[in-house]
Amino acid sequence: MGEYKVDAEKLKKLGDFIEGLEYAEGELINILREAQEMFGYLPMDVQLFIARKLGIPAAKVYGVATFYSYFTMTPRGKHVISVCLGTACFVKGADRIVEEFRKQLNIKEGTISEDGMYTLDSIRCVGACGLAPVVIVDGKVHGRVKPEDVAAIIRGINEDESGEQMLVKQNVQ
Amino acid sequence: MSKIHLTINGLPVEADKGMTIVDAAKIVNITIPTLCHLNIHDIKMVNRTASCRVCLVEVKGRRNLAPACATEVVEGMEVRTDTLRAVKARRTMVELLLSDHPTDCLVCERNQNCQLQKIAAELGIRKIKYEGVRSNHTKDSTSDALYRNPDKCIKCRRCETMCNEVQTVGIYSAVQKGFETIVSPAFGLPMVDTQCVYCGQCTQVCPTAALTEVSHIAKVWEVLADEDLHVVVQTAPSIRVTLGEKYDMPPGEDVTGKMVAALRRLGFDKVFDTNFGADVTIVEEANEFIERLKNGGRMPILTSCCPSWVKFIEHQFPNLIDIPSSCKSPHMILGVLSKTYYAEKYNIDPKKIIMVSIMPCIAKKYEVTREELTNNGLRNVDHVITTRELIGMLSEAGIDFKNLPDEEFDNPLGISTGAADIFGTTGGVIEAALRTAYEWMTDRELENVDFHSVRGMDGLKEASVDINGMEVKIGVAHGLGNARELLKAIEKGQAHYHAIEIMACPGGCIDGGGQPYHMGDIELVKARAAGLYKIDKGKTLRKSHTNPDVIKLYKEYLGEIGGHRAHELLHTHFKVREKI
Repeated sequence: MGEYKVDAEKLKKLGDFIEGLEYAEGELINILREAQEMFGYLPMDVQLFIARKLGIPAAKVYGVATFYSYFTMTPRGKHVISVCLGTACFVKGADRIVEEFRKQLNIKEGTISEDGMYTLDSIRCVGACGLAPVVIVDGKVHGRVKPEDVAAIIRGINEDESGEQMLVKQNVQ
Repeated sequence: MSKIHLTINGLPVEADKGMTIVDAAKIVNITIPTLCHLNIHDIKMVNRTASCRVCLVEVKGRRNLAPACATEVVEGMEVRTDTLRAVKARRTMVELLLSDHPTDCLVCERNQNCQLQKIAAELGIRKIKYEGVRSNHTKDSTSDALYRNPDKCIKCRRCETMCNEVQTVGIYSAVQKGFETIVSPAFGLPMVDTQCVYCGQCTQVCPTAALTEVSHIAKVWEVLADEDLHVVVQTAPSIRVTLGEKYDMPPGEDVTGKMVAALRRLGFDKVFDTNFGADVTIVEEANEFIERLKNGGRMPILTSCCPSWVKFIEHQFPNLIDIPSSCKSPHMILGVLSKTYYAEKYNIDPKKIIMVSIMPCIAKKYEVTREELTNNGLRNVDHVITTRELIGMLSEAGIDFKNLPDEEFDNPLGISTGAADIFGTTGGVIEAALRTAYEWMTDRELENVDFHSVRGMDGLKEASVDINGMEVKIGVAHGLGNARELLKAIEKGQAHYHAIEIMACPGGCIDGGGQPYHMGDIELVKARAAGLYKIDKGKTLRKSHTNPDVIKLYKEYLGEIGGHRAHELLHTHFKVREKI
């Protein structure tokens, strides 16, 4: 008991975060958000840790984690592509955008690509209906996306990626 | 208390402040149907999720219909339960529930005992109007004790309230959302991998068959039909005062004689009494208590008859794992004695003896699978069926229970004292232990054996007894939420008791998870307790150590109380388990 199969250092940080809250019991959602930020997702052991720390049933933590689509229990790819499937975006053809990403990246919605690079996700209304359909890539909003734009968006991610790698190489040199 | 004046269907009603519309309507004899709602005042269980919406009524000035179970009355309120809009809405709610509920009522374990079925009948629903996707979740019988069928769940969340708030075990929560919502353990784990203690209180409050016991009836029929086996049965103290309810006898009526006769007619080779095991438990436990007291052992000593409670401490209080008595529970003791003492005495091959326990309890099904509860490679008890399952077997066998003659238990494991009878109710085990410990410690006869302060439905009870000038303090808790409070205080060194009794179920075994469904009627549970105290009072022998057959057992077979052989057969150990 007490052995968690996740990064101990991150877990300690999470523990400190919880202890720093004035009324931790009432801040489960905030704690889960912080945990997902740290770990990239919410593995079972992290949820158990939170439950024990707060003295609440693990089932409750799991209940909240599964209720909000923001939270995920599967690891995330390095780049997260979220397609809005809210009413406005859907009417404007968001389903075809999802289909295009799925084809080009060869992954299913809600899963991670084999090389761990991409996660394809759907979200419900980001409140930017004027830009429908909306795609968010690593926090950056793309508006009025058409299926033919998908290739360019993916290219953009890959270019950033290689740029980053070159920077790393230069630093090494 | 200030009164609230309102009208319901035009009738003036004077209600108390804080009352809901459902309760206020009862004053003028109007029944508003409810399903998810459950208020069991005595054990502080209130489920007011208002999730099923079958209690919708019209309130003047309010645009939407109001759930009557969760809406408090206010001055001048005008409620109508009988408008077409309200009647139709209530019916629609039930129809929607039925649109995603299996229609296997004919073969369902809750057939004729289901609150959803009842309400559908009462509202005159004749067809299931809506068709669409139906849930198809994994059924869970991994624990061998508690069966989960989420397809039959109506999301009333009574189980969640019972488990989290009353019992504080915290197994269930609503997870996922929308149509996918189910009430589930954390991470969708199978029950066997959780900290569930199998008290079965969730089955007592579940309105449908979403939560029931794992049935072992088939296994029992099978062993009964096997000519080669010697099948013996034992009955827990509490079931003799609950079995009669099914046969329209008053709650709490003692049906011991008919129960024994019925079991013989089912084909059991011997009918033994768990109460004999209870008397042995007391003899061993009282001895352990006195030893600990004399030798400065860790205090308090905790009773360990209740397998749910034992599993609770193993998961929740690893620091206290050495304080429960090491004594096995009465039915396990009777089980091991059948396969050793009885087998040797009557020259029967213990491998051919099958012990079946009739228990008020679901956790006993799990208890018999604990690997340390075996001797000579044989399980102490082979099968456990609940009171409800026994009723099922009796009706299958066509036994006219009410008109059976009274018969006696079989020797040598059939005689018991009044101390054993009260094991079935909260406070009973500790009272039984006190009767024996007092006499042994003082060498004086205890004239008044009734310890009234440990009886009754209060969640936590206390008593102190003067023994040889020493004040022996006793604590009693029933319901695991109350037990948790007591254990926390002990852990922090704030509570100082010498002996404590804990039963997992509110009220004790008379309200066990395997008892006939009481549907929140705690008066029924109180009548069951009164029935046990009446049996105790009517007996000449009321102290476990005066049971002549127990004395004989030690003399002929076990040797010394707490001695080597007694330890080998009658005692066990506990282990720390994960909290999940």
